[in-house]
Amino acid sequence: MQQTTAEKILSQHTGQLQKAGDLIITHVDGAMATDTTAPFALKAFKEMGGGKVWNPDKCALIIDHAAPAPNERIANLHHLMRQFAKEQGIRLFEIGEGICHQVMVESQYVRPGNVFIGADSHTPTYGALNAFACGVGSTDLAAVFKTGKIWLKVPQSIRIICNGKLQKGVTAKDLILFLVGKISISGATYQSVEFEGEAFENMTLASRMTIANMVAEMGGKVGFVHPKGLQLDYEFEAVFPDSGAHYLQTFEFDVSNLEPQISAPESPDNVENIGPHEGTDIDYAFIGTCCNGRLEDLQIAAKILKGKRIAPGVRFVIAPASKSVMLDAITDGSLQTLIEAGAAIINPGCGPCVGTHQGVPGNGEVVISAANRNFRGRMGNPNSNIYLGAPATVAASALEGQIVNPQKYLL
Amino acid sequence: MIQGIAHVYGDNIDTDRIIPGKYTKTLDVSLLANHVLEDLDPEFRHKVQKGDILVAGDNFGCGSSREQAPIALKEAGISIVIAHYFARIFFRNAINIGLPVLEVPKHDFQAGDEVRINIQAGTIKNLRSGKEFTATPLPKVMIDILHEGGLVSYLKKNQTYSL
Repeated sequence: MQQTTAEKILSQHTGQLQKAGDLIITHVDGAMATDTTAPFALKAFKEMGGGKVWNPDKCALIIDHAAPAPNERIANLHHLMRQFAKEQGIRLFEIGEGICHQVMVESQYVRPGNVFIGADSHTPTYGALNAFACGVGSTDLAAVFKTGKIWLKVPQSIRIICNGKLQKGVTAKDLILFLVGKISISGATYQSVEFEGEAFENMTLASRMTIANMVAEMGGKVGFVHPKGLQLDYEFEAVFPDSGAHYLQTFEFDVSNLEPQISAPESPDNVENIGPHEGTDIDYAFIGTCCNGRLEDLQIAAKILKGKRIAPGVRFVIAPASKSVMLDAITDGSLQTLIEAGAAIINPGCGPCVGTHQGVPGNGEVVISAANRNFRGRMGNPNSNIYLGAPATVAASALEGQIVNPQKYLL
Repeated sequence: MIQGIAHVYGDNIDTDRIIPGKYTKTLDVSLLANHVLEDLDPEFRHKVQKGDILVAGDNFGCGSSREQAPIALKEAGISIVIAHYFARIFFRNAINIGLPVLEVPKHDFQAGDEVRINIQAGTIKNLRSGKEFTATPLPKVMIDILHEGGLVSYLKKNQTYSL
């Protein structure tokens, strides 16, 4: 039988040939929860009978969503996580170490060919390195911590082929926004999304993570960026889909003329070319998140802002995706450039993306953000409007005080 | 058998609208219920009665993995959520916390309709129009989890899954 990547990885894990639609119970290679999902997960774990987690080396807790704690209620939830990690001997990634998805990849908790379960909806990000990684809620995660297993339906797969090379100044974020716009917020519901084609082949791991990350905004269960061209710091065996595998649908695009993209309020799939949005005044620019808080994202922003100042009246918040990203951006001078240009750097973590702290927009304010979601109220105020774009677009818009096409700064 | 009054909303109701992220960091479920759906319909939490039914269109519960979303609805008194279809994490989360969810590709519900649901049979009747709709069948493992009142009780009893 010719298999998709999802079918292949799940077959390898169960020791049986699996096809789309099959219900399976599989062991997992790793699992994690954050400070949004862990408190309920730890409560459920205890209620299930408690005891020891199935394998402490494969479980992780990350304090990233509201880190450091903005109030006593959240401080006490963090305390529960620290206590649990200590009791169980599992690793807790402290405040400032970074966003769950970034640190799972950097610390090699997840590797190619793995089945990984994360209590966060952007877990499909690890499809960038060829892992079957899907998001769950707290109780499912508690069950994984306890049993090392999960029940799943083997997903149907769709394939998105992108031919051509992206123009200068057009990045992975523009491509995935374009694709989310085409597929829609629900177009890949329950499905595995496989990306392949020339446009992905030269992408860095960081860019591949940006692509796989927004599978969540298509409703997808997991996503895979074709491993052709994938480079990691360690030896790995990639899982390739079979050439005759069955796809529910195949989409094919020539992306060689793709322009920078904008997702307008208030759904990530409300995507258009940047043109009609150019000139929209902004109050607040943000670069960070599991989608676009990596070194290349800070570097492109620094390139645009080198020796310049952001527009008066605009504030610019940057949250590096991890401590390691932050250190690299210090070493190469990007952070200094950005600070000199007027950016406020906050600690690695989810920052203002989840509307809890570190930069909630005011009433009527307009945000240009490199995040992955712009639902109403997402950043903590339902009376603000969030536009999503690539880090280059965010930096150029901060510079001019309005949404602008960044390509002129990247020639 | 569940019978209740329907509150009807549209497509793509995301979890930020069900329970905004700023309220999710708590174990106090009453706090979640106090803010349920507030950015979609600020009146909802005042008008919802115990046993009421939430009806939506496509892709209900898209967005974040926060289990606080179905918890908020359940705690506010919602007895079941019916939608054309659900976002997958919300769907699992609801079943896992013992909140029934059924997918009905087409329905004619309007706000205030009285609805009678037989979860086992997967039938949903609109007592106003007299029309009956059939839900997409749930996998056995989900029916079993729901039967036990959620995944915590299910695993406590069975230790592992059976399909």
